[in-house]
Amino acid sequence: MRTPIAYFLLLSGILFALGTVGVLTRKNALLIFMSVELQLNAVNLALIAFSRMHNDLTGQVLAFFSMVVAAAEVVVGLAIIVAIYRRRQTVDVDDARELRW
Amino acid sequence: MPLDNVVFWVFAPISIASAVGMLVVRNAVHAALFLVVNLFTIAVMYLLLDAPFLFAVQIVVYAGAIMVLFLFVIMLLGVDRDVDLKDRLFAQRGLAALLAVGFVAELFFALRAGIGFATKAPEGFDAVNDPGNTQAVAEVLFRDYFFPFEVTSILLIVAAIATMVLAQRKARAVTQAEMDARAATSTTPTTDPDPRELPA
Repeated sequence: MRTPIAYFLLLSGILFALGTVGVLTRKNALLIFMSVELQLNAVNLALIAFSRMHNDLTGQVLAFFSMVVAAAEVVVGLAIIVAIYRRRQTVDVDDARELRW
Repeated sequence: MPLDNVVFWVFAPISIASAVGMLVVRNAVHAALFLVVNLFTIAVMYLLLDAPFLFAVQIVVYAGAIMVLFLFVIMLLGVDRDVDLKDRLFAQRGLAALLAVGFVAELFFALRAGIGFATKAPEGFDAVNDPGNTQAVAEVLFRDYFFPFEVTSILLIVAAIATMVLAQRKARAVTQAEMDARAATSTTPTTDPDPRELPA
C-alpha cells in the first residue's frame, strides 16, 4: 500500500464534482439519476479511503450501508421515472413542474 | 514504481475519463455504459484500499444489478432516441463547470494543508482485517451495527412495496374531452366504467 491516501480522496472529490455537473446540466431524468449514482460512489470511495487511513473498518461498514440505501433509492426513483413517463411520455425534468411556484 | 501506484495511475484516469464521457454523450445507453466502466474502476480502487469484500459487492450490486436496472428502464421507455437535443442551459453549464473546478481546487488545497500528499496509509491493516476482510466486516456489522442492519431490511421491504405500488398499471386516465363527451351523451356519468370493458 504505497499510494498516498490523499490521491484517493482527490479522485473521489473529482468524481463527485463531475457528478454534480451532471446533475446541474442534464435535463433527462435518467441521466440526472446516473449522475447521482456517480456522486454516491465518489462518497463511498472517500469513506473507504478514510477507513484505510484510520485502520478502522467502520468506514467500510458505512459504505456498505450507503450501497444498500442507494439500491433502494434507485429502485424507487426508477419506478417514479417510469410512472412519470407513462403519464406524460417524457422524462424531461422541465416538463414536470406542477410543484414549482 | 510499486505495483499499487501503477494500478492507481492506470485506473484513476480511466475513472475520470469515463465520468467525463458520461457527462458529454447524448445517448442515454452510452452514458449508462460509461457509468459501468466508472463503477468498475471504483471497485478496483476499493481493492487497492484493502476492501476486497466491498470490491465484490460493488461489482455485483452496482455494475451488475443497478446498471442492468438502468439499462432495462432505458430500453422500456425508449428514451435512447436522443429526446431533447437543444440545450437551454448554457449559462447553467458554465456555472456548473466553475463550481466543479472551484470545488476540486478547494479540496486540493484542503488536502495539502491537512493530511498532505505524502501521507501513506498506516501499516497494520492486516491485523484489522485479521481472519479475512469479509469476516472482519461481518464482525463489525453484526456486533456493533446490528440494529441499523435490521432497520435496513425494513427499508428494503418498504422500497420493494413502494416500487410495486408505483409501477402497477392503473386504469387508463380519462381526458377532459372524453368526460365532456360522456356528460353530454348520458346523464349518469357518476362512476367511470372499467376501461377493459370499453369498446375499442
